[in-house]
Amino acid sequence: MYATRTRQARPEPFAVHPGIAERLGLPYMDGALAFSAVALAAFSVFTLSQSTLGDVPGSPNFFVDRQVVYSLLGIAGMYLLTRIDYSRFRELRVGIYTFLCVSISLVFVFGFAARGSRRAFDLPLFSFQPSELGKLLLVLALAGFVIDGARKGSDWQRTVRYLCLGLAPAALVFLQPDLGTSLVFGAITLAVMYVGGVRWTHFAVIGAAIVALTAVVLVVAPAVGTPILKAYQTERLTSFLDPSGDPSDAGYQQNQAKTAIGSGEATGRGDRATQTRLDFVPERHTDFIFAVIGERYGFIGAALVLSLYALLVWRALRIVTLSKNSYGTLVAGGIAAMLLFQVFVNVGMNLGIMPITGIPLPLMSYGGSSVLATFLAIGVLQSIHMQARLGQKGRFAW
Amino acid sequence: MTNRLALRIAVFGGFGVVLFAILFFRLWQLQVLDGDTYLAEAKNNRTREYRVGAPRGEILDRDGEVLVGNRTSLALQINPRKLPADPRERRAELSQLAELTHSTLRSVRRRMREELKLAPAAPVTLRRDVGNYLVYYLQENQERFPGVEVQRVFVRDYPDETLAAHVLGAVGEVSEEDLEEARYRELQPGDEVGQDGVEYAYDEILRGKPGLTRIQVDALGQPTPGGQLVSQPPAPGRSLKLSIDADVQAAGEAGLAAYGSGGFVTMDVDTGELIAVGSSPTFDPELLTPPLTQKQVDETIRNPAQPLVNRAVSGLYPTGSTFKIVPALAALENGVITPSEPIYDNGSITVGGQRFQNAGGEAYGSVSMVRALQVSSDVYFYELGLDMWDSGDLQRTAHMLGFGRETGIDLPGDIEGLLPTQRWRNELYAEGETDRPWSAGDNIQLATGQGDLQASPLQMAVAYAALGNGGAVVTPHVGKEVTDAFGRVLKEFTPPPRRQIQIDPEYRSVILEGLHDAAQTPGGTSYEIFGNFPVPVAGKTGTAQRIGQADQSWYLILAPYPDPKIVTAVTIEEGGFGAEAAAPIALDILEAYFNKQSTGAAGPNGGSPG
Repeated sequence: MYATRTRQARPEPFAVHPGIAERLGLPYMDGALAFSAVALAAFSVFTLSQSTLGDVPGSPNFFVDRQVVYSLLGIAGMYLLTRIDYSRFRELRVGIYTFLCVSISLVFVFGFAARGSRRAFDLPLFSFQPSELGKLLLVLALAGFVIDGARKGSDWQRTVRYLCLGLAPAALVFLQPDLGTSLVFGAITLAVMYVGGVRWTHFAVIGAAIVALTAVVLVVAPAVGTPILKAYQTERLTSFLDPSGDPSDAGYQQNQAKTAIGSGEATGRGDRATQTRLDFVPERHTDFIFAVIGERYGFIGAALVLSLYALLVWRALRIVTLSKNSYGTLVAGGIAAMLLFQVFVNVGMNLGIMPITGIPLPLMSYGGSSVLATFLAIGVLQSIHMQARLGQKGRFAW
Repeated sequence: MTNRLALRIAVFGGFGVVLFAILFFRLWQLQVLDGDTYLAEAKNNRTREYRVGAPRGEILDRDGEVLVGNRTSLALQINPRKLPADPRERRAELSQLAELTHSTLRSVRRRMREELKLAPAAPVTLRRDVGNYLVYYLQENQERFPGVEVQRVFVRDYPDETLAAHVLGAVGEVSEEDLEEARYRELQPGDEVGQDGVEYAYDEILRGKPGLTRIQVDALGQPTPGGQLVSQPPAPGRSLKLSIDADVQAAGEAGLAAYGSGGFVTMDVDTGELIAVGSSPTFDPELLTPPLTQKQVDETIRNPAQPLVNRAVSGLYPTGSTFKIVPALAALENGVITPSEPIYDNGSITVGGQRFQNAGGEAYGSVSMVRALQVSSDVYFYELGLDMWDSGDLQRTAHMLGFGRETGIDLPGDIEGLLPTQRWRNELYAEGETDRPWSAGDNIQLATGQGDLQASPLQMAVAYAALGNGGAVVTPHVGKEVTDAFGRVLKEFTPPPRRQIQIDPEYRSVILEGLHDAAQTPGGTSYEIFGNFPVPVAGKTGTAQRIGQADQSWYLILAPYPDPKIVTAVTIEEGGFGAEAAAPIALDILEAYFNKQSTGAAGPNGGSPG
């Protein structure tokens, strides 16, 4: 009796009779990652509930209710993916890639137009934007192609192949037109190639090509009369360099966002906020939600949000190093880059140091597709984490 | 994990750290370092101020009669935010409005452009003082004229029309350049300010404080519910009581109008209070409110007769014989001559080969001071001028009496005039600006108010007042009291004399006697006019020769004699002899003044002694 009891009191490496937490897989998940994601989503709901009351006539909680539903769906999706071995996605890479390209293409046919751009399908509950989910799909598929093609062809051939695979859906998104998301696709492609071991020299060449391309798009093409970007896109991209130049247009939005954030000072203006409450800042529930946070909750609130993002990206990078296989490393790297790029570009845009590109702030910006896709991406990260932890213990998920 | 991969992940992580560091730093910069600036900007952003015009204070005469009041008028305004967005509809509406206001589409558009440049998004005033018929029409057809509003505004009202127009001045919208001046610091485009006269000089007293309604607006400029932040009612301007007497003023203006261009001043010799100040030709201050029609511009601003110039204050002329009290005083005070010392007047004197003769070629024989003033012997004063030609005594006395310097009047247009001196002419000669240096002839001319002398009626009045009151060079002024809306006196204006000069009472009475004889004893220059005037007076005619023009007619009079209370100066351009044009006007003025003194001395509420 006593001997048995003594034996049972020792910490067991593997629980013989798994408890409820064990059954749910909680000990194998990255708690900090889950915490930061859920906290950001909660902060988003909180911010929307304070700042968008009455934006939609007759439905005071329009945005809040929907964002809560999206977040809950997202958390459920995240958990589901946590319990699936991500490695299966590698086998499905061709299917995923095909679905990615087709779904984006279908928008051209069935999508509804909003502000001159076709990006989403109008589904019963919400409008589904394939390019948002496409970010995650691109990571999963491209990582698979990289692993798969690691020994085929020369270094250069591989580099070009990856680039083409990544840039094809990016080009489709660009044509919607959705410049911001296509840039995210580009960032994901480069990140996966980077983690996948593409030579530094190749990146140098790609970097030079990007610089040249930017010059052509922004300067040369308009000069010779065949603009590639629409006028408003060029203006958005360049106005941040000189935001005071024209207070009525693109620079205006950025100025108003900057003023909103600055006016929040250290502790925020709360309900006395005016910039984001009285419509001076456009798109305050989506692209410019960070300005709302800055004005209402001040440096304290905005820094807290940034810290949560830093935590999120750090955990993602840590998972890159933990992954049990190369595919997990590449996927985690792609997702980490996706999050980092979006956070930096969106917050930078709010702070007036990046151009206006229409990239949502992951988990914060109102929008079902973006929230859902981001939670799913974090679910994939959790899956990689869980597989790594389980692998250390010599056990596999059911 | 391979070392190569570890390096790549480390670089990736380092990159992430850098990006987050940039965001944190920028956030800190915006919110903590520059937060104040952005907060101020945000506050500025969300408020709109609507100003509610305040009526200007009334301007009253010394008896409380309203010279300038206010009346409400309807102004037609366009609110550019509420105009139709469609360019064609907008054009149609504006051209209809232009037609209704007897204007053209082009000028309506130009006015909108100009006003919106000054005050973006503010309502544009299309026309003030629109008739009721137009307002009714617009109200009945409101749906056809979106964005058109009728605003009640205060405009200046002139019950006596052109009376004292030069003293009162006009009001008009403050100009863009004016706004940069310190005195207009608190104003905004569209506010009205005094443009001339008392309206200009006492603008800060008369100008009210516009009411202010500050409301919170959203980005579209729409008021937000419950967003009224400040509401401050307009404070009307304070009233200004002038020393002007409307009746005396009216008498002077009526007389002046009969003779053409000129000016007059009536002043209290002891206090410098101006009882009447008139100038002809005159103008209608009400018609100077912009926008002016071409006809109005031609009649006022561009009129070669210069009706806007206040000739009483800013008109510069040689003064003729009215100046003679100055050499008289200078010669007596400096011992050049005694009151009884005679000078033989044979009709002319010859100095340096140049012959100076009496006006009309008369010869008065042996004359002393009193007689010389009575008959206005030029030769007598030529001799005095000759005696003082290089001593500067004449100039010193003249300068003390206010010639060649500003009077200090509280109206715009105060000017120095010109008192010719030896040094002045010699300097001009040294610079090659004139053909000869100072000579005795210059002083001889000056002694009779001719030559280079340039003085205004106001300067002459001040000099005569100093003689009349025994030596105080008073500060002429029209402002008497500031009162609030209930008539309580807030401030009185009693500017002290500019200077005090020594005048021997004996010399003063000798000169006054000469002037009295000139006006009221047979043989005096203005006996024909004032011989039968019931009040004893001391008056001097002047007939100034001007090159290329008929003679300038002058009259200066102190009354009552021998202890004068008031001085009146009248000048008429091309009026001929002083007794012909100027003296009769002075008579009208004095009649009005003394009538009032005898019948209404106790004021409107006192009984008349009959």
